[in-house]
Amino acid sequence: MSGLFAVFWKELSDHFTHLRFAILLILVYVFAIVTIYIAAGHIRGYVTEATQFVFLTLFVVPGARVPILGEISFPTILSIFIPIIGIILGFDAINSERASGNLSRVLSQPLYRDSVINGKFLAGLVTLSILVVSIVVLVAGMGLRMIGVPPTAEEILRLFAFIFASIIYGAFWMSLAVLFSVLSKTTATSVLASVSVWIFLFLFMFTIASAIASAVVPIDQNSSLESITQWDELYRTISRISPSTLYGEATAVLLVPELGTASPLMMLIGTETAGLQPSPLPLSQSLLIIWPQLTSLIALTALCFAGSYIRFMREEIRST
Amino acid sequence: MGERGVIETKDLVKAYGKFIAVDKLNLRVDEGEIFGFLGPNGAGKTTTILMLLGLTEPTSGTARIFGFDPTKEPLKVKRITGYLPEKVGFYEDLTATENLEYIAALNNLPRDVTSRKISELLDMVGLSEMSEKKVGTFSHGMKQRLGIADVLIKNPKVAFFDEPTAGIDPEGIDQVLTLITNMAKQKVTIVLSSHQLHQVQKICTRVGILSKGHLVAEGSVDQLGRETIGGGKFRIEVQVSEPTSKLVKSIKNIKGVTNVESSGDLLLISCDKDLRPQIARTVVDSDSLLVQMKIEEYGLDEIYMKYFREP
Repeated sequence: MSGLFAVFWKELSDHFTHLRFAILLILVYVFAIVTIYIAAGHIRGYVTEATQFVFLTLFVVPGARVPILGEISFPTILSIFIPIIGIILGFDAINSERASGNLSRVLSQPLYRDSVINGKFLAGLVTLSILVVSIVVLVAGMGLRMIGVPPTAEEILRLFAFIFASIIYGAFWMSLAVLFSVLSKTTATSVLASVSVWIFLFLFMFTIASAIASAVVPIDQNSSLESITQWDELYRTISRISPSTLYGEATAVLLVPELGTASPLMMLIGTETAGLQPSPLPLSQSLLIIWPQLTSLIALTALCFAGSYIRFMREEIRST
Repeated sequence: MGERGVIETKDLVKAYGKFIAVDKLNLRVDEGEIFGFLGPNGAGKTTTILMLLGLTEPTSGTARIFGFDPTKEPLKVKRITGYLPEKVGFYEDLTATENLEYIAALNNLPRDVTSRKISELLDMVGLSEMSEKKVGTFSHGMKQRLGIADVLIKNPKVAFFDEPTAGIDPEGIDQVLTLITNMAKQKVTIVLSSHQLHQVQKICTRVGILSKGHLVAEGSVDQLGRETIGGGKFRIEVQVSEPTSKLVKSIKNIKGVTNVESSGDLLLISCDKDLRPQIARTVVDSDSLLVQMKIEEYGLDEIYMKYFREP
C-alpha cells in the first residue's frame, strides 16, 4: 500500500505544478465566470412567477455567445472542457515514464506493479474532482451574489449530483487517455489518438446518428407522431454511443427538474400536443431517469481502465 | 554444491517468439563478488538481468536471488536488489533530492532516515552541490552517479549495473568504477554488464562471457586467459645473458615444465603452474645471469576476441 500512496502523492503534486495544467485551469475558470456573468444578466427572461428553481436556472440559461456553437450554457462549457482536462491528466501517464527511462527504475523498487497505474489513476481522479468542485462552487458563489436568490436544499443536492456526473464524465476521458498511453510508445501518438476520439464522439456522432436515423425512418413535416417518435428513439440510441450525449442528457435532467425524459424533443411534443404543463420532478425521480446514463458512463470508464490495467500488468520490460 | 550462491540460475531460458534471447543459462555468483557480464550487443545480458530482477518472466528454468524466486516473490527480491538500467532516467522536473526521496518513499523508508541518507549519498557520489538542481540540467555522467546513489538508498544486498560506463568521459568512468568497487567492499554483491573490457578487467573478480544467449566462458580473467589462449598453461618468459643448451635442458627437467623454446637470449617456458621461483634458482645455479623474467598476462581483449572473432 505504501507504494500506491507514494505514487499517488507524487502524481498529485506533479499535476498541480505542471504549467500546462495551470493554463487550462485559468482558461476554464475564465470561460465559466463569463458564462455565468452573462447568464445572470438575462436570467429575468427565463424566470416566471411559477419558476421553483431560480438558482438552478442560472446554470442552464445560455450565456456566452461562441461562433459555431451559438449561445452556450455552463454545462456545455463543462462538456467541452472536461474531456480536455481528462485527456491532459492521462495521456502521458505510462508512455512518458517508459520513454524517459523511469519505468524500469521505478518497477525495480519493491512495489506491486499495479500500484503505479492505480496511483496515477487515483491522483488524476482527485485532481479532476478538485477542479470540478472548485469551478462549480466558484460559479455558484458568483451567481448567488449576482441574483441574490439562495439555493434550496433540493437545488444543492442537484448540484452535487451534477458535480458527481461531471467527475465521472472526466474520469472516462482520463481512463481513455491512460489506455492510449499504455498502448502507444510516444506521448504524441497517445494525445492525438485521444483527441481524435474526442472530436469524433463530440462533433460527428450527432451527424452520423441523425443520418442513420433518417435513412431508416425517413421523416418530414407531415410525418406521423409515431414515426417521429421512432426516429427520435433511433437517433438517441445511436448518439448515446458518445459519452458526451450521456453526460448532456444526465446534466439536463439534473439541472432542469421539469424534464421528465432525457429527450427534449419528446418533452416538446408532450407539451405541445397534450398541453401538459410540466411540473418539476423530485430528485429521486430525476435520478431514476438518468440512471442508465450514469451507469453507462461508469461502465465505459471501468472498461477503459480495465483495458489499460491488464495491458500494463502483462507488459514485458524489455531491453532496448 | 556447498553453500548457496547469492545468485543462482538453472537452465534459464527466455524466448521472444522464435528468437531465443537467453538459452539454458547456468550461473552462480557468490557474496561480495563483482561479476562482469560480457558479450556483444544482443547477447542476452540485459534480458538475464531483467529476469533476475523479476521484471521479465523466464520462459523456463529457474532463477534465485538469496533463495527467492524473482517471478513468484518479486517484492522480496526487489527489496534487496538495486538496479541501474542502461538508459537510466530520472524525473527531469524534480531535483536530485526529490528524485531520491521518491525512490525512498517507494521503498517505504522512514522520512527522518531518508533526508540524512540522501545528503550522505549525494556527498559520496560528488553531487552534494547539485542536490537542489533539477535533474534536467545534469550531464550524462552526473545522472549515472545519481543512479548509483539511487541504487544505494535502499541498502541493497545485490546490485545490477547495466552498462554503467557507457557514454561517459574517462574521468566519469573512473568515478563510477571507484564507487562500484567501494560498494563491493561493503559486501554488496555486484553484477556488471559491459562491453568495455578494460574497465571490467580492472574491477571484476570474475567474468562470464555471453554469446547468443549462451555462457561460453566463465572464470577470473587470469584463468580464462590461460584456458583460452595458453592452452591451460602458464607461460613464463625468461631473459638470460647467455642461454646454453645445458640451461634449457635443466629447465626442462624441472617438474611441471612441459616445453621450453629459445630464441636469442629469450626462453619461452610453458608450465602447469607458476614455477618462477624454481626457474630463477635453476638459472642462477647455472653459469648464465638472469636479466629478467615475467609471467605472461592475458588481457580480456584477447580472450574476448578469441570468442567473437568471425570464423
